[in-house]
Amino acid sequence: MRPDDRKYLDSHEWAKLEGDLIVVGITDFAVEELSNGNEGDLVYCDLPEVGREVEQGETFGEIESVKAVSDLNAPIGGEIVEVNADMMEHLETLAEDPWKKGWLIKIKPTDASMDHLLDAEAYEQHITADH
Amino acid sequence: MTEADLKQTDLHEVHVSSGAKMVPFGGWSMPVQYASILDEARRVREHVGLFDLGHMGRLEVKGPDAARFLDSVVTSFVGKIPVGAIRYGLVCAEDGGPLDDLLLYKSSDEDVFVVANASNCATVLAWLNDHVGSHDVTITDRSDELAMLALQGPRSQDALQPLVEGKDLGEIGYYKFAFATVCGIPDVRISRTGYTGEDGFEIYFPCAESVRVWNALLEAGAEHGLAPIGLGARDTLRLEAGMPLYGHEIDREHNPVEAGLNFGISFKEEKGDWVGRAALAAIKEAPRRKLVGITTEGKRVPREGYLLFDGDREVGHVCSGAVSPTINTNIGSAYLPVELAVAGQTIDMDIRGKRQQCVVCDLPFYSRTRK
Repeated sequence: MRPDDRKYLDSHEWAKLEGDLIVVGITDFAVEELSNGNEGDLVYCDLPEVGREVEQGETFGEIESVKAVSDLNAPIGGEIVEVNADMMEHLETLAEDPWKKGWLIKIKPTDASMDHLLDAEAYEQHITADH
Repeated sequence: MTEADLKQTDLHEVHVSSGAKMVPFGGWSMPVQYASILDEARRVREHVGLFDLGHMGRLEVKGPDAARFLDSVVTSFVGKIPVGAIRYGLVCAEDGGPLDDLLLYKSSDEDVFVVANASNCATVLAWLNDHVGSHDVTITDRSDELAMLALQGPRSQDALQPLVEGKDLGEIGYYKFAFATVCGIPDVRISRTGYTGEDGFEIYFPCAESVRVWNALLEAGAEHGLAPIGLGARDTLRLEAGMPLYGHEIDREHNPVEAGLNFGISFKEEKGDWVGRAALAAIKEAPRRKLVGITTEGKRVPREGYLLFDGDREVGHVCSGAVSPTINTNIGSAYLPVELAVAGQTIDMDIRGKRQQCVVCDLPFYSRTRK
């Protein structure tokens, strides 16, 4: 079971409320899908600039592995107020700790409701049903 | 196409249980990787890898007119292939656009074994049947009966030899084949061929024996560093070696002349006329574009479909791309107008609105004989 202190998108991003900000990352499942368990297979991560406004579901960045490029989608709309710039040079952090150190962006939400997202149990069902 | 519609080789369960990631490829469910794609590619360059190629199309063309018939529908000169040798060729439409590329194994002028791509096998079979005319030949699809495995890498011979009876693999030269007993199975076709740019073998035998032979090879090859390799690394290896993949470097719109495959095309009078000859001869006189390699120091990997620019002018697109563990840079293949298809030329690759500089180079990126 994935952490139940946050919500999930079916495209494998997670969103966690911290104070009045939403922290966004991708799940261990996403990392595994991209890298097949080999952190060296992750080659690139493109994150947005601080200050950009994103809508719910909008692509805010890209992550690239040896075999494919995947979009990073915003679980919630708002202003991007912080970006984990270290991540772009240290993709291994994503493999080591996708839940905490591997966060990608922080969003100041226009509406903090996360009711449209999956809870940990529903996300678990989603990835089991798919594979 | 859903997973349920995909064909499976006799090794499907073996792949799944060993942790392979399976993907749809040419109508088949095939292993794309067992571990890291980069590590798998390195293993083939340095040691030896084992590939399940049961998805490939395999056809027998037999009869008094076999070679003569094939010479009327393929680009290479089948009549001139020495007995026991293999040549690369293509089947083209009248306009010179290829329907597929092939390997042709000649046992005699009356017996030629043809290996086609999985996704094109039915097309090739139908095309050959449509063009038989008055030729006295029988074309038989053996794809569902035969397993096909490849051993690729410098230690291939060491890994395979212990399972072979009555044949010194050292006697089989590059692009030659022979028949021998492998794992007790008589008359296994063994060719010194491959799609990685390394020394290696491809073997063909009844598919009911697939699992036994696969496991025997893994066991016999373990001391030589043998491990199974997926289609992901295979794609990287063939791109490094400058080998085209149908649907990427060649298709109905991308002819073999501009793809640099002239070694597989014969315009010799003695071969007679063949389908596509006139069109390809005209293209050879005045090619408009050329397939080249591109390398990039940037982090982004060239991907199929990315557009290429010379300043503001769109000049082509990426056919295939990969991270190359062998030359340690990101590589791709692309058609460029002949004036830009010159080693050292710089062009820009567009990645969703961002530009990254690439440098043009001649193919291949890697040659084991030309280091």
